[in-house]
Amino acid sequence: MEDRLLLAASSFCFLLGFAYTMFTLGTGRYTPSRFNLSAMAAGFAFQTTFLILRGHALNACPLTNLFEVLTFLSWSMVLLYFVVGTTYRISLLGVFTSPLALTLQVFALIAPLDSPPGPRARVVAEPWLETHAAISIIAYGAFALACVAGVMYLVQERHLKTHQLRGLFFHLPPIADLAVAIHRLILTGFILLTIGLLSGFAVRAEVEWSKVIWGVGVWLLYGGILQADRWRRVTPRRVAQLSVAAFSITLATLWGLNFLNPAVSL
Amino acid sequence: MEVVCLGLSHQTADVATRERFAFAEHELAACSAELRRSPGLGEALILSTCNRVELYAAAPDLAAGFASIEAFLAARAALEPADRTFFYRQGGSGAIRHLFRVVSGLESMVLGETEILGQVKKAYSIAMESGATARHLNKLFQRAFNVAKEVRTKTNITRGPVSVGSVAVDLAEKIFGRLASCRAMILGAGETAELTARALMARGAHGIFVANRSYDRALTLAEETHGEAIGFDQWQDSFDDIDILISSTAAPHPIVTPPKLAHAMRRRGNRPLFVIDLAVPRDVDPAVNNLDGVYLYDIDALQHIAGHSLDVRKQDIAECERLIERHVGEFSGWLANGANAPGTTTADSLASQSAARPAPAVLSSTPAS
Repeated sequence: MEDRLLLAASSFCFLLGFAYTMFTLGTGRYTPSRFNLSAMAAGFAFQTTFLILRGHALNACPLTNLFEVLTFLSWSMVLLYFVVGTTYRISLLGVFTSPLALTLQVFALIAPLDSPPGPRARVVAEPWLETHAAISIIAYGAFALACVAGVMYLVQERHLKTHQLRGLFFHLPPIADLAVAIHRLILTGFILLTIGLLSGFAVRAEVEWSKVIWGVGVWLLYGGILQADRWRRVTPRRVAQLSVAAFSITLATLWGLNFLNPAVSL
Repeated sequence: MEVVCLGLSHQTADVATRERFAFAEHELAACSAELRRSPGLGEALILSTCNRVELYAAAPDLAAGFASIEAFLAARAALEPADRTFFYRQGGSGAIRHLFRVVSGLESMVLGETEILGQVKKAYSIAMESGATARHLNKLFQRAFNVAKEVRTKTNITRGPVSVGSVAVDLAEKIFGRLASCRAMILGAGETAELTARALMARGAHGIFVANRSYDRALTLAEETHGEAIGFDQWQDSFDDIDILISSTAAPHPIVTPPKLAHAMRRRGNRPLFVIDLAVPRDVDPAVNNLDGVYLYDIDALQHIAGHSLDVRKQDIAECERLIERHVGEFSGWLANGANAPGTTTADSLASQSAARPAPAVLSSTPAS
């Protein structure tokens, strides 16, 4: 479909912003500039246009196959980066976000995931199901950003532990700020996922129990991380590791689940 | 119109000499205005910091300009011929280059330090408000600030901390973010520990605990740092409340060990702990760095980081000089051509009037460098 070109353009913008920043970092000439932010904004605009066109074509929320789900997830992540990441926008959060958004989109574009909507796609038009799916994916976007912040934490922590204070060290935020960001992003995702799961109960269509169990499993996983963090049972470093591991597991199982059962919704 | 600069700095004069010629901040406005009224000068600005005293002026003639500045210093601070060895004289593009190097931190005691930029900005502001500067110096100093900004953003000349204290502060900020909520403990009140604590306090750290074998010494340092003195055998009891530990005791063996710290970290709810070990032999067992949330730096590590930062800065001197040279060329071109275009200011007229008056020559035989 022609709308896939929009996604390719969006991917190119993310790649351009990321490559430029890595180049300036590599040459030791990095300064916080608007270039990466502009590239992210352009990529986001292309993503949004793609989703709007897809939505019009389907006459429903564009979540009818894994291709659209991954695109929506990438879009959610960039959206949250702009909304939640205001404090960190001038730091490298955007630089770390763009490769993940890029990877999701390129995978979606290359892998044969963009299957035509089957008869089940019609059920997506049900408002509660759309609400459930959209909010859940935005929640996963928050978890994705928490994963990004987790990677940044681990990189910065390694700099501090090994006494290698060069390159990225001077541009990455303090680990205390990153720990707060991880906590807030996981909390945001957890609240959104709770709303998403609750709205799922209002769906009148036939329920995919495997996906309900998966959704509850993800909810429990992140709930456990939040509780461990709150009770200070684990160190901030462990929370950062968990945020990366939890999102990796979530993404892998999402793909596995859709591979085994390509039916609609999350 | 030419730019002239006469000054002395930490590179040419000791602190006693610099003191003789220094200007108090409250004197700068009046002195700059007085200097501007000197024969042969059209505009003037005085920069006086702890490391340098420099008098800048715009003058139609270099020799007359230097003579006027020297006469001004002779009248104010008893400048004698024997003092000439302390002073450097820069004229024309040399003066422009010198100013650009100063604001960029290339002439500073600590290469690339940025405090000088603020000091020059303040001196310029005072001189401008007192009416001592006009078209040429205004343009020169505004260009200098642009040069400093460009040098700072396009090179690594300000990159990284270059002293033990600043390394500790930078590290603390990369661990805790803002230091306003951080509490520190000094274990063994050595001089470097005190300097490091002061550097941390300057960035907002508070609630300093001081534990020393000599309680009197602990008390003195606690008073100086608005902290709290505690008995040397009580330091572990206060451990739960601190975020930064600066240790510099004369103990022959490590007094902070992994088992002690692991226990304390659990009690502290796994809050990060920054441990600075300045003692030789070391007070802290290096293995504590393996504990989650503990960041240990000994004196070697801190000095290595400071040395590396200085190396990085030194590597970029040539790049800074290239940038500066481009701006020197552009500004010299403007002085030679554009500045003489129609629309010269009142200050230019004043300059030409004052140039007509003879200047008393105290060190008039001194060549411009």
